[in-house]
Amino acid sequence: MKKEIPLIIAFLLGTWMILENFLTGIPWVSTTKEAITNGGIVIMAFTYVLGIYSIVSVNVARIKRGQDVVPKLALLAALALMVGLGFWRGIAEGSPFNWLYLNLYVPLQATMFSLLAFYIASAAFRAFRARSLEATLLLGCATLVMIGRIPVGEKIWSGLPGISDWIMNFPNLAGKRAIMIGASLGAISTGLRVILGLERSYLGGE
Amino acid sequence: MNALLRGLQRFLALDRRWIFLLMALCILTPLIVPFGLPFSTDPAVENLYQAIEDLDEGSVVLVSCDYDPGSKPELQPFTEALFRHIFRRKLKVVVSCLWAGAPPLVNQAIEQALQAEEVKPLGLREKIDYVNLGYKDGRQLAMLGMGENIHATFPQSYDGTPVSQISLMQSLRKLGDSDLFVNVSGGSPGTKEWVETAQGRFGLKMVAACTAVMAPDNIPYYEAGQLAGLAGGMKGSADYEQLVGVPGLATRGMDAQSFGHLLIIAFIALGNVAYFMTRGRRN
Repeated sequence: MKKEIPLIIAFLLGTWMILENFLTGIPWVSTTKEAITNGGIVIMAFTYVLGIYSIVSVNVARIKRGQDVVPKLALLAALALMVGLGFWRGIAEGSPFNWLYLNLYVPLQATMFSLLAFYIASAAFRAFRARSLEATLLLGCATLVMIGRIPVGEKIWSGLPGISDWIMNFPNLAGKRAIMIGASLGAISTGLRVILGLERSYLGGE
Repeated sequence: MNALLRGLQRFLALDRRWIFLLMALCILTPLIVPFGLPFSTDPAVENLYQAIEDLDEGSVVLVSCDYDPGSKPELQPFTEALFRHIFRRKLKVVVSCLWAGAPPLVNQAIEQALQAEEVKPLGLREKIDYVNLGYKDGRQLAMLGMGENIHATFPQSYDGTPVSQISLMQSLRKLGDSDLFVNVSGGSPGTKEWVETAQGRFGLKMVAACTAVMAPDNIPYYEAGQLAGLAGGMKGSADYEQLVGVPGLATRGMDAQSFGHLLIIAFIALGNVAYFMTRGRRN
């Protein structure tokens, strides 16, 4: 029964989610749809509890082993502080939680993301080589798109933005559509396998 | 010749800290001393702008801000210009977020727009002219829920007011009730999920702004007509600022991006020249 019950739930809910697309204007269908959707949102919210448990258990274990004690303690303290402040004074504007979020978390995350500019420059210098025809095409397209999307490119030659747009709107579009169609067919096939109980890896152990 | 080859080999082994320093200079200098290089606007952004211009006064725009501080430099200028544009056009705006980090950024953008000189005299009131519903978990399930009943998905606004008490929300009970849907997206869930889950299903007129890395993924939706307009990356935000007539951080950032891109291109070119000239020697 440990496996059968989840398989039955997956089959019933999966089938329902497909069928409800075609059942419009029926009141009980709308009510059931709303209840199932809200139930799903509640289940997803519980994953935060699981996430917090996971962060705490993994980091406590590392601290006990004496690995990276200071950063791990800082992480757990920050977690406790933000959760505590959120429960204590709420998260609305003017609350300590909101102040810390805007003045600590926002600059820290923006800084982390900004580092990409530096690493991309360094990585492009060391790894972006025209070693083959494909690599040369990629390099050429990347250079044209990069230069066509900036004001300096337009200043150098007014035709550059047009070339950049052409690359984005034709070769890129064709490639993206092919990938999207392939990925969608794969998702449909995997979805059907899950609904029919042929794909059971989400149950674990297989 | 040997000296040149040795020089090129040394160049290939350049300490990356020099690259970091040059990049920092290329980004910081134009931000401190703006050059104000002119640029033309993208037709996809012009269509986004036009979609808002075409709305009648009092129309309700639903904006889903799905990004966090990591995408702030690219998307916050767009969000600020968007609210300014919406307020100036005397439209109503309801904001929801599927990313936990977004609601405080939304409040910042709204405050910024409300302080604008052309918006201040309008005397806009929270919950009558605009409301921030805050964050809801659930990704595509939240989108489906909003398609059926926004009041059930967001029972209260970000500041805890029940939606039943918000007059603006009485005319917006489901996604399809909005006159225009705008998605500001920093990743997943974002534009892709909104188009796939909600746009066709609930018949939304939709436009989107996304980060530069997401733009190639979203172009097919724009070309297919599922998106009526699209602003990609900082360039898209800068284009939109130009169209709204409020040049801000994104417009200033274009100079920095120009020099940053040029430096990367220069390093790629020089790296390849050095690589091929020294290849035989290394072999």
